[in-house]
Amino acid sequence: MNDKENDLEIKELLRQAIAPVKNTELRRDLWPQMLRKLDEQAASAINVPWFDWALAAILSAVLLLFPGAIPALLYHL
Amino acid sequence: MELLERFAAGDLEAFEVLFRQHQKEVYAWIVRIVRDSGIAEDLTVETFWRIYKSRARFRPDGNFRAWARRIATNAALDHLRIARHETELPDDLAGPPGEDSAVRGEIRKRIKEAFHQLPAKYRLIATLALIEEEPYESIAQAVGISAGLVKIRVFRAVRMLRKKLSPLRVEAVAK
Repeated sequence: MNDKENDLEIKELLRQAIAPVKNTELRRDLWPQMLRKLDEQAASAINVPWFDWALAAILSAVLLLFPGAIPALLYHL
Repeated sequence: MELLERFAAGDLEAFEVLFRQHQKEVYAWIVRIVRDSGIAEDLTVETFWRIYKSRARFRPDGNFRAWARRIATNAALDHLRIARHETELPDDLAGPPGEDSAVRGEIRKRIKEAFHQLPAKYRLIATLALIEEEPYESIAQAVGISAGLVKIRVFRAVRMLRKKLSPLRVEAVAK
């Protein structure tokens, strides 16, 4: 059997093993799901960005390590 | 203002109209790639979410249908990349009964396994071209490559399958 015949055989075996999808009909309207996704994404968009959390963590660590800096910080606020 | 212009400007009502017009078609395309209705529904929503996010880049004089199909194909491809080893293909075709059905059954099982192991981009093309028998030109537009490259990927996918299956085929012939 040559290469071309081999390839044809593989294609044929593949078609026998895996049939085309018969039912491609959408069973329900997906708009409510879409709206939920839009709402979720809008809610996550107003979340605090990661670098704000990082800044807060660094500030907390500084205040913990150097409590003497607290009055100076309060003075500048 | 036209529907597509309103959509590109961020009008949610225009987006809803487009969603309802195209959701069936987008779903039908995706389900043929991922072969699971639940996953296809999720990916349809994901596709439209990507469409909505990139609305500013859409040219209102462009082809929304083709654009949506391209984004749907990318969403499905992303899924295939992630779920490559998790999703089982449905056992959706019983072979013709015969004296060699045990051997054929084993070959089918091995083909499914081998097909599952193909890299996602080859599996996508092979699914559409060889199983769904979609024209190369249509696949090329959806994937964003030339029809020639589709042909090459089909050829490579078949060769990869052949390589993986060659020991079994020798056994089958011997039996």
